[in-house]
Amino acid sequence: MQITSRDFKRVASRKLADPKLQKALGNAKGKLVVTRARSILELDNYEEIREASARVRDFGLQNMDVLLEEWERRAVAAGTIVHWVESGREVNAKVIEIARRHNVRKIIKSKSMLGEETNLNHELEAAGLDVRETDLGEYIIQQSGETPSHIIAPAVHKSRDDVADLFAEKHQRRRLTDIAALTHEAREILRPHFLDADMGISGANFLVAETGSTMIVTNEGNGRMTTTMPRVHVAITGVEKIIPTLEDVSMILRLLTRSATGQSISNYLSFTTGPKRPDDKDGPGEFHVIIVDAGRTKVLASDMREALRCIRCGACMNHCPVYQNIGGHAYGWVYPGPIGSILTPSYVGLENAIDLPNAATLCNQCGVVCPVKIPLPDLMRKLREKQVERGLRPWGERVGLRLWAWAAARPRIYSLLTRIGARIGRLAGGRAGLLHKLPPGGSGWTTGRDFPAPKGKTFRELYARERAGKRSGPQ
Amino acid sequence: MKVGLFVTCLVDLMRPNIGFAALRLLEAAGCDVVVPATQTCCGQPGYNSGDRIAAQALARKVVDEFDACEYIVVPSGSCSGMIRAHYPELFAELPEYRARAEAVAARTYELTDFLQNMVRLERVPGKVSGSVTYHDSCSGLREMGVKSQPRALLSKIPGLTIKEMQQPEQCCGFGGTFAVKYGDISSRIADLKCEDVQAAGADALVLGDLGCMLNIEGRLRRRNDNTPVLHVAEVLAGELPQD
Repeated sequence: MQITSRDFKRVASRKLADPKLQKALGNAKGKLVVTRARSILELDNYEEIREASARVRDFGLQNMDVLLEEWERRAVAAGTIVHWVESGREVNAKVIEIARRHNVRKIIKSKSMLGEETNLNHELEAAGLDVRETDLGEYIIQQSGETPSHIIAPAVHKSRDDVADLFAEKHQRRRLTDIAALTHEAREILRPHFLDADMGISGANFLVAETGSTMIVTNEGNGRMTTTMPRVHVAITGVEKIIPTLEDVSMILRLLTRSATGQSISNYLSFTTGPKRPDDKDGPGEFHVIIVDAGRTKVLASDMREALRCIRCGACMNHCPVYQNIGGHAYGWVYPGPIGSILTPSYVGLENAIDLPNAATLCNQCGVVCPVKIPLPDLMRKLREKQVERGLRPWGERVGLRLWAWAAARPRIYSLLTRIGARIGRLAGGRAGLLHKLPPGGSGWTTGRDFPAPKGKTFRELYARERAGKRSGPQ
Repeated sequence: MKVGLFVTCLVDLMRPNIGFAALRLLEAAGCDVVVPATQTCCGQPGYNSGDRIAAQALARKVVDEFDACEYIVVPSGSCSGMIRAHYPELFAELPEYRARAEAVAARTYELTDFLQNMVRLERVPGKVSGSVTYHDSCSGLREMGVKSQPRALLSKIPGLTIKEMQQPEQCCGFGGTFAVKYGDISSRIADLKCEDVQAAGADALVLGDLGCMLNIEGRLRRRNDNTPVLHVAEVLAGELPQD
């Protein structure tokens, strides 16, 4: 996907001023937070599962080399054709190569965030292939020519009316407004494509080393059809998805679906272990898995490695006060919200996503809800440190912070400056005690708020005076 | 019990009466309070802006100033959280300070947590009647576990009732320099907090962090809402702001 994270500020402002988006975000906001909280209560040992899940993910990451080889051995034994590639571009090339070899014309696709990273749809279309997204949200996004604004609810920024308009235009049918009817309409349109597609593409939530399977977690059934109906199936996934055993999967699933949608379990869990066997009723004749690095091992070797634990539940964005108000597009790449603020600079370069680690209040709501205990605010803070180290912060900010620290480390100078500041502020605040406009450097504050003025004297001077009075006064 | 009071830079500069309120409360609880005269800032602005060197310079100063105190009490969730939760990491590459910093961190408390759980303050000096709603600051809540303590203390004031917001734990949008760098996002988040405050219908908003205080008060006033915004120490000590 093209990176537009540099425009974060501008796009975020536009999103704040977009009444339709604000309405859609407002509708979605409470729901996922409430349903998650309710479903977590079903678990009497949530914190223990969370701790154990984080450890399982860490174990998988630390032993990635061994586990991936084990996975490959079992996958190959089951008849899977495994491809190892380094970059996103190679993923696309490999998919196209497989498609050509099988004379594929039509492809159905279930959701893959990796596919968004590599811009897969665009590349497939450029190669003359007909590719259809089949996840309802992704289908909507594909029809409207947008990019997902959420990793599990890609069309969360669109309202029912937006979708009604879109379908009426694209499907050339009577405009429906009922959500069930709209879903039914999409299903009717998609059904023939499922039946005559030559190839299916999916991602993978996990690669299970113990069985050599790929595994996807879905709700709509499109994933099951995509992986079983066409004659060729290609799963694309990153190396970090490796997990040791089925037992581990079942544990993490207890948190994944609850954290994502508040469900105790998703409607479908699809494990694919090799192509169709002679006795199988369905399944692809050929099953390919393309495993890509695409920056993962670089992150693994860095101090951002905890971010690779991510199981893509989206809870961090659902609970982020910034995401809740601007939506996902402003983040400018595949992964929005707190996890995106770490993955995007890690995968596409710190200098290409300067705003992301800074555009957070560090409230740690994300860290608290993350099912695999990724210390998201700490990682954002580390990225801020890297920006300072690499001289990527604006000059004024750097000097300002150093001046502040310089003065605050010198109590006498600091005392003088704060006394002056408290007095000027008090005068400027007038009777109401409010500053309506701060000078450049602080003006961002007063675009939407007043600044309560200081009271005229500092605590330190008043305290010193009180102490002096006590010492000299009658006992 | 020798308690060092770290008033914080924002209280020092913006709302000195909160420092005095904290002092009175600790004294009322029978603490022997020292207020190191050279104290300034905990280093949080530098730390959260990625400037470790600036943060370390100030953090070293805090450690030096409060090393001798049995406890360090701070009328702020975020500044106490900075010391308790982040100093050990901040001193990772300064071995000569690390042990001392960890010891100071372990002895640092947020004011209401200290009053309620450490010295078990029974009689609260403040005399206010009416209703308040309490905003849980993010650092206080998620770094220092401050949730029930301020409410328990406030409920010791006869005639004072607490009317909860729908989402008292939701961030107010302050976030330090975030409030200036991303002013419009920050104001929007603050706006939602103001709506929640208004819907709660209490006579005043009470909280325990200056950052949230300036942010929410600033947005309330811009909305022409004059709901008083008070620090929990002011209410508990009965040291309400005067102009």
